[in-house]
Amino acid sequence: MPHDHPHGPTIDAKRLAHYQCMAVAVQELLTEKGILTDKQIEATIKEMEARGPALGARMVARAWIDSNYKRRLLLDGSAAAEELGIPVDGTRLIVVENNETMHNLIVCTLCSCYPRNILGLPPDWYKKTAYRSRAVKEPRAILAEFGTFLPDSVTVRVHDSTADMRYLVLPTRPSGTEGWTEQRLIELVSRDSMIGVRTAKQAES
Amino acid sequence: MTRGVHDVGGLPDDQVDLSEHNYAPWEKRIDALLVLLAGKKQIMRVDELRRGIESLDIDAYNELSYYERWIASISKILVEKKLITSTELEDRMAKIATRKTLL
Repeated sequence: MPHDHPHGPTIDAKRLAHYQCMAVAVQELLTEKGILTDKQIEATIKEMEARGPALGARMVARAWIDSNYKRRLLLDGSAAAEELGIPVDGTRLIVVENNETMHNLIVCTLCSCYPRNILGLPPDWYKKTAYRSRAVKEPRAILAEFGTFLPDSVTVRVHDSTADMRYLVLPTRPSGTEGWTEQRLIELVSRDSMIGVRTAKQAES
Repeated sequence: MTRGVHDVGGLPDDQVDLSEHNYAPWEKRIDALLVLLAGKKQIMRVDELRRGIESLDIDAYNELSYYERWIASISKILVEKKLITSTELEDRMAKIATRKTLL
């Protein structure tokens, strides 16, 4: 039976407190030295909170209805993002297209590189070793864990991201959405479909 | 060449844990710190952040959460660059630990 420690915080809580203190200490020291200000930290947090999958969904839905935009998106993802008013801050964005013969999956095996300007901060599983280790070796098994099953005729291609080169998946447009407005199509584009672990949501009949 | 602790591509591992958490304020603050230092301020690069993380010993790497690794690396790099000293960091952390609230 494990020994119980009723007094004091757990090891985890102590460790967390240690690193939280470190974060506050670093921020205070840098502020006192005039290197940055609390206001700049707050503003940066706000900017980051404004980023999220809704931005990527706009790009995808636009590409679904506008073949010229799609061509530009596949040619130069960064420029196509900027075109819709989404700044990518100098990172190279490469958009990879899914279709009936090809499915793309994104990973960062070494760390957690992710198109954060377009999708916001990555989900926890994207940063943990189970996904990072296995995605390049057994992508179909990974996809199955997300409930995504592809026929054998579809090739699965895995893209390993780097700090300077981020990928975004252009999912296949669901059938039965002919004539839909961009706004309606946006609703079908999930974050996970732009990472490639799922397909876009299907149109409800 | 032996693999770095971070170099996990292709290794066997567990089933993916699909649970997610909302980022806590302290995690966002560390993220913003790096974005500012690597972006506008041009004080450290993302590559340096990675070097700091990848040079953690294997136990620390596996035990620490994502942003705990980040702040461990950020403070190490700032000390290396002599923007802060390890003594002032330790002293400040000790002071902060006695406060009722962190900020």
